[in-house]
Amino acid sequence: MANFRIQRYDPEKDSRPYFQTYEVPVEQGMSILDCLFYIKERLDATLSFRASCRMGICGSCAMYINGLPRLACETQATSLATDTIEVRPLPNYEIIKDLVVDLSPLFEKHQRVRPWIIPYELEELDRPTKEYVQSPAELEKYLQFAYCLKCGLCLAACPTMATDNEFIGPQALAQAFRYNSDTRDGGDAERIAVVDTLHGLWRCHMAGACAEVCPKGVDPALAIQLMKREAVFGKKKERARLVDPRCGVTPLPGIPKAPEPTVKRSEGKR
Amino acid sequence: MRRYNNRLGIRGWIYAGNYGLERYLYFLHRISGLGLIFYLLLHIGVTSARIYGGAAWEQTMSLLSGPAFKLGEYVLMAGAIFHAANGLRLIITELGMCIGTPGRQEYPYVSSVRKQRRLMIVVMIIIAVLLLISGVDFFIL
Amino acid sequence: MRESRYWILSLGAAVCLVVLLGIHLSIMHLDTLLAYLGVVNADPLHYQAVMARGRSGGWVLAYILLLAFGLYHGLYGLRSVLSEVVSPTGQRLLTWAVVAVGFIAFTWGTYVVIKSSLMGGV
Repeated sequence: MANFRIQRYDPEKDSRPYFQTYEVPVEQGMSILDCLFYIKERLDATLSFRASCRMGICGSCAMYINGLPRLACETQATSLATDTIEVRPLPNYEIIKDLVVDLSPLFEKHQRVRPWIIPYELEELDRPTKEYVQSPAELEKYLQFAYCLKCGLCLAACPTMATDNEFIGPQALAQAFRYNSDTRDGGDAERIAVVDTLHGLWRCHMAGACAEVCPKGVDPALAIQLMKREAVFGKKKERARLVDPRCGVTPLPGIPKAPEPTVKRSEGKR
Repeated sequence: MRRYNNRLGIRGWIYAGNYGLERYLYFLHRISGLGLIFYLLLHIGVTSARIYGGAAWEQTMSLLSGPAFKLGEYVLMAGAIFHAANGLRLIITELGMCIGTPGRQEYPYVSSVRKQRRLMIVVMIIIAVLLLISGVDFFIL
Repeated sequence: MRESRYWILSLGAAVCLVVLLGIHLSIMHLDTLLAYLGVVNADPLHYQAVMARGRSGGWVLAYILLLAFGLYHGLYGLRSVLSEVVSPTGQRLLTWAVVAVGFIAFTWGTYVVIKSSLMGGV
């Protein structure tokens, strides 16, 4: 048995949040999200929380659990090694109801850094004629940051976010670095103009809390510090080569043919 | 629909959960820096007494003596030592050194904060030694 | 000017400050340690000693540099911290207030340093 202390807030009834306690029979293997579902299904149907995939992919169930922002689905109840588990909504956002916070500032800031590939030739984007070549080493320069779930844990952990509404935040800065480090991308100047501002890169002072809480090892702190260096000293960017797509290749003699696909592509689709 | 603003405010600079020491150093660096800049402005005012001659200088100095001011001076010096040493660590890490390079991540993840932690511990030891030396010089010898 | 320029200037000032302020603090407060290292420095706060330092060219330069680096780094930091609490409408005012404080403090400090270097007989 574990006592769940859950912060409740109903905007239609309450003027401020309060805590409510539930008893959950915790077993080995239950995540905090499983416990919340137990409460919702058997104890109190009015409890609101957001969740979707239950496996650390969608980033919906970010909450403040026992003193750290974490994903409820990736936190094992027994791993907390305590009988009282406190679940609160993420700090530094607005609470909509109970454990549900409004993540729209996160998405708005994410959008501000243009998180997409801005190609050198716009024509190539609309009507691609060739393929980009990227080596595994070039891929690994940004791959780590591409695993971002947009769960918003890093903004809840960041001390600057605690007061500065305008700060663009670790998530967006990491994504700016991710696209700036992509050899297919030519939008460096545009993104640097967005992040090299009073409320951009320079509001980070390497507290490292974002890197500590990131459930995917994205490490926004690393991206931000590397980007500071690039913003100050500039960088030489490698450009991905464009090559003709491989077609009509005749395999060398002695190489066996690939087996027939077991699932046939349906006709008409394509 | 009404919303409840859950922003932590200045309290969130100081404490927001069970994070590593670096997040607390962020606040200490901030507070020591604010203390030092306000002291610098005060210091510019106080030391300008010397252009009004020896009597004015000695009068100002006698005003600022006594055990309370001695302690205050030590606190300031401690603040300066901390701010300088921790600041050098921040220069190193914020210019992208000692925090690792991007790469494939494998669980359990080793973040950039963890990679600079050894540097942080060395800096903290240096600060402790400097505080001890200056404390002995200040109060005992 | 882009924010990155202010930031790197502040870092440069910080490195210079570590050296200059280290010297300044050890001379003013750590007399025993300096005696061990062979520097005799009795009562650095005495008026004669203060004015003697104030007349030497090296110290005048050191004091002006300390002022410049200290004020730049300190006030850049102050603006950084305050920009995180001041409302978006107050940001421009904050910057100008910090610049004004820096200008006044630097002018007054430099005046004092130069005036005391010109005061011959104590």
